[in-house]
Formats: sequence, C-alpha cells, structure tokens
Amino acid sequence: MKTLEKYSVDQYGFYGKFGGAYVPEMLYPNVEELKNNYLSILNEDSFKKEFDDLLSKYVGRPTPLYFASRLSEKYQTKVYLKREDLCHTGAHKVNNTIGQILLAKRLGKKRIIAETGAGQHGVATATVCALMGLPCVVYMGEVDIARQRPNVERMKILGAEVIPATSGSKTLKDATNEAMRHWINNPVDTHYIIGSVVGPHPYPDMVARFQSVISEEIIKQLSNDFGIKHPDYVIACVGGGSNAAGAFYHYMNNESVKLIAAEAAGLGNDTGKSAATTQLGKEGILHGSRTLLMQTPDGQVIEPYSISAGLDYPGIGPIHAHLFDSGRAEFISVKDEEAMLAGIELSRLEGIIPAIETSHALSVLSKKKFGKNEVVVINLSGRGDKDLDTYIKWGKY
Amino acid sequence: MTTNPIDSVFQNKDQKLLNVYFTAGFPTLEDTTKILKSLDETDVDFVEIGMPFSDPVADGPTIQESNDVALNNGISIDKLFEQLGTVKGEIKTPIILMGYLNPVMQYGIEKFCQNCVEVGVSGIIIPDLPMQDYLRQFKQLFESYGLYNIFLISPQTSEERIKLIDEHSNGFIYMVSSASITGAKADISNSQEAYFNRVNSMGLKNPRLIGFGISNNETFEKACQYAKGAIIGSAFIKALRKSTNIDHTVKEFISGIKNN
Ligand SMILES: Cc1ncc(COP(=O)(O)O)c(C=O)c1O
Repeated sequence: MKTLEKYSVDQYGFYGKFGGAYVPEMLYPNVEELKNNYLSILNEDSFKKEFDDLLSKYVGRPTPLYFASRLSEKYQTKVYLKREDLCHTGAHKVNNTIGQILLAKRLGKKRIIAETGAGQHGVATATVCALMGLPCVVYMGEVDIARQRPNVERMKILGAEVIPATSGSKTLKDATNEAMRHWINNPVDTHYIIGSVVGPHPYPDMVARFQSVISEEIIKQLSNDFGIKHPDYVIACVGGGSNAAGAFYHYMNNESVKLIAAEAAGLGNDTGKSAATTQLGKEGILHGSRTLLMQTPDGQVIEPYSISAGLDYPGIGPIHAHLFDSGRAEFISVKDEEAMLAGIELSRLEGIIPAIETSHALSVLSKKKFGKNEVVVINLSGRGDKDLDTYIKWGKY
Repeated sequence: MTTNPIDSVFQNKDQKLLNVYFTAGFPTLEDTTKILKSLDETDVDFVEIGMPFSDPVADGPTIQESNDVALNNGISIDKLFEQLGTVKGEIKTPIILMGYLNPVMQYGIEKFCQNCVEVGVSGIIIPDLPMQDYLRQFKQLFESYGLYNIFLISPQTSEERIKLIDEHSNGFIYMVSSASITGAKADISNSQEAYFNRVNSMGLKNPRLIGFGISNNETFEKACQYAKGAIIGSAFIKALRKSTNIDHTVKEFISGIKNN
C-alpha cells in the first residue's frame, strides 16, 4: 500500500515538495470549500452515476484505443492511440468540465468562470454550461484569441462571454490571473473551472481524478481488445498536464510502465523562445501552487513561447514536477517544427489531423527508439480542427 | 527587546491612522526614495512599499500596471534594498514591505530578513503566504529579526480563522473591506458594516486597518469609524502616475485625505 501513495497527493495537498495552496486570504474560503467537499461529492453514488452517464451518452466514452498500424510500421514498434480527439468538443478537456460542473451544482454555485489557452478548455466549459443552463465567463489571452479564432466563436455560439486578458504576455498565464481575480471578486456564487492539473490544492488532484478515466479505459481496452497486460510506455504532451495526468494516473505506481511527457520547446530551449518548464524552470510559486516554474533569478515569471497555445504556459502541474523530480517520468522537449511534422505525419499515415499540442507527444516517436515488440500508448489528446490556421500559416504540407 | 515601530504608532495614536501604499520603482526607478521622503514629511502613519511581481493576482488594474512599469524600469528586491539603504536613518515612518511569495522565496528568506532589518523595515505582508508555511518556515525567523508579519482577513474569512490569524499576527490585521482585488470601488454597504462590526466585537488582540477601495477623504473617514485606520493604494498610484512633481503630488494627495 505504501508505494501506491508515492505519487498521489498527501493530506496537505502536496506531491513530494510540490503543490499546496498558495492563495491570498480572499481566495482561502473558496479553496477551502472545495477542499472540504470534493472527495465526498466525488464518492457519492449519484455523482458517479451522473458523471458516468454524461461521459458515455454525451461525451461518447469510452473513446477507442486504436492500433495505428501504419505508424507502427514506420517506427517499427507497436503504437496504440487513445482517441481523446473523438470526445465531444474535440479534446480530453471535457472529461474535467463535466466533472467540475456537476460538483459546482452540488455546491450550489450559480455561475462558472474559466481560463483558456487553446480555447479547448473554454469550449468544453462553455459546452457544459450550456448543458446545465449556467452562465459562463471565459478569460482568454489576446494573443490566443487571435490564433485560435474558431474556438472563440464556438464559445460565443455556446453562449459564453469571452473576455480578453490583456496583461503580461496575453496568453494562458494571464488568462489564469484574470480568472483568479474574477473569483476573488465573486467568491460566493461562482465556481472556477480550472482547465488543467494546476492551481491550488485540491484542483490538481480533482482534475487528475476526472481525467483518470483515460488510463482506466486504456487498461481495460489493452486487456480486453488486445490481450495486453500493460503497455511499456505511455506518452502524453504536457501543458499544465491534465491529459498526461489522466493517461498516467493508473500506471503511476506500476513502475514497469514507463511514462514520457512531451514538453513544448518552441524554437529551442537555448533560444529564449520555449515553454519546456522542466528544462528551463526552477522551484517557485504561481497560480496557487509550488511547482517548477520558468522565472528570472529575481523570481519574475518568464513569458513562455510555443506554437501551440495549449502548451504555452510557464509552469507545470505539481504532480508533474514531482514525477520529474523523482525520475518517475521522462520529459522530452519537442520543438515547434518537430511537432508540426509529426502532426502532418499522423494525418498522412492514419488519416487523423491532431491538435498541435498532441503533435508534441507524437513527435516522441521520432526522438526515441522503441523496441519492435514494445507497446507504446500515445494519448491523442485532441483533434486539429482548431489549429487549421496555424497549419495553413506553417504551410509545409 | 526594542519595541517594533509599528507598535509605537498604535501606542501614541489610536484613531484615523493612515497607511499609504506605493509600488517601488514607479513611476520611475528613482522615485521610490523620493516618494518615501515626501510621505515621511507628511503625517502619514505607515508606508507600505510594494515589491513588484509579474503576476499579482490579488491586485486590480492600477497596481498591476504599476508593477509592470516598475519591472520594466528595472526594479528588483535587491535594487529596492539598495534604494532604502540610501535613506536609512532618515525615515521616521514605519516601513512595511508588501509582495508576493515567489520573488521573496527566490531572494532567500533569511537574506531578505537580514536586509529588512539592515535598511529599517518593520513589517512584511505576503498575501499568498499560507499560514502553515508561515508557522513552519517563517515565524521563527521573522521573530528573531524583530519583523512583524501582517495577515489579511476578508468578509469571507470565518471567525475561527480570524481568531487563528489574530493569534499569529503582530502589529495589526489588514482587514480587506470587500470581496475584491485592490482598487475596486468601496462604498461601505450594510453588509460591510456588519462584517466590520462582527470583527470588532470579537475582542481581538491586534488592531485592524481597513484596506482595498479606500480612495478619498470620505471613504477614509468612513473606514476609520470601523477600525483604527485605513490603507490607501490604488488611488495614490493613480495620482503618482499623472504626477509631474512627486513631492507636490504626495503632499497634495495626503492633505486631501486627511483634512477635508
Ligand atoms: C488538445 C490539447 N492537448 C493538450 C492540451 C494541454 O493541456 P494539458 O497539459 O492540461 O493536457 C490542450 C490545452 O489546451 C489541448 O487543447
């Protein structure tokens, strides 16, 4: 039982030395309310039933686990794709928003706020708000609004109000600041649906639990459909790290499964234009948790860069800081160009256009040699519809 | 043990205390000491100097912008200590430093405390420092350097927690006027009045200063009916932003608050 706890959150909200709840007093009661209630609500039978029902009938779960034969052929290994791109709204993000909105309702909340980078989390939040009839405000960096236009319009069609974050780097970090400020100003009736395994405890643990359905299904599907006991590798991209946390979750304590996290290295880790937190960051505090953080020696947060809006974040979830620090997961940096090429490759070999975030995970196939009989599961976190503009601008296809 | 200057203020005066916040390195890098000296010549009771951070989540647009400007001007904790060192011994008003945890943590907490004492800082406000971390890692250090740690409470803070905060506070408690970030409008409402009265009836050992949304003589006077005094930040930053003569701006602003 001891080792089972090695990678889970402790009673104080920490993963090893990372995590915690570093929030101003004005947010303390909000966070405390969640902390005191989330586990009991998640364990209620009625909650589980409603969550499972929506995941199957509304989101379309279980998502397929697909053996990618042409990709496997190319890389001389056995590649399985977990098709989160087939979730309603086009990415894994909706697993979390369904969970959180059901929780918010049980806490009696009347409005929802969220931050978004690529817009996938914003769309997933706007979607569940429409479903539940709750008003929704989404903060999104001005830069991201420009590069993820279709998602902005989707949110508006779904009835959400999209507010541009105009401070700092005008990307995900700043949208998160704005959402936290909004929550400080509306502490009683509003629930903040954070979109990744970041933020103050209990968010990282709560979001990881909602996303853990991904690895729960992988285990069943590998076994039932392919007769495989466990994979040799699970690979996922990490922005804040929610799809990775979900894909790793039930394998965390099974050390025979190697975990690989792909981070966005932008133009390269030595160019000053990267978002590869484990390579460039050091221990710090942002958005309520102690984690690895890209920062100056003075402790000012560095504005990251990635072609992919969903990975353009200067930190990572505390769970991943711990997986990195403990050596449990390997972190691989993937540059813009490498990711784009991997995205095109998947399109050509398997007929699946992936989200550019996801392409970072796919690129690991060309960066690391896997054995012919090794089973490599890649979490296909989202589809590329939202990224068409970026693909078109890049142009090399 | 010598008395902390913050306590001396409360011993000598028990109403209408004014604490004024400004951001270090704003509007220009060298204005920190100019503003400090000018404030010291007025009858302001405390000065609170903000150590800028790239991501000040508890602050509204005015203070956010001043943080960005100051960082672009080249301010850092190191630079601030250097600036405060140049006026050491000249300033009679107790100085409180306010800033987010990350820059302080990167600076090194022990070195931070040493330098605070070196340049004559009396108190610290770190809004995102959790009570547990304070008790485990900071309290002993702060006490050994004679530095006061000032906690915030808000209308949502439970009575039980207010008691805990009171137990571990020194100097005063920063009573946030409403559920808001800095700079939001404060028109003291019935529910705020109820909150102030509730806190006042708790028999706390620490006095309170009310902050957030105090912007002029009227709101200052009103806040002083419910606490020993009040804290003004955003409104002062706005005045400084437009200033062509720092000394004049500071004095005009303070006299506008104090005697109208
Ligand atoms: C498809 C897709 N994958 C991955 C991410 C990154 O988020 P996380 O690291 O939390 O999975 C995003 C974020 O927007 C996304 O849209």
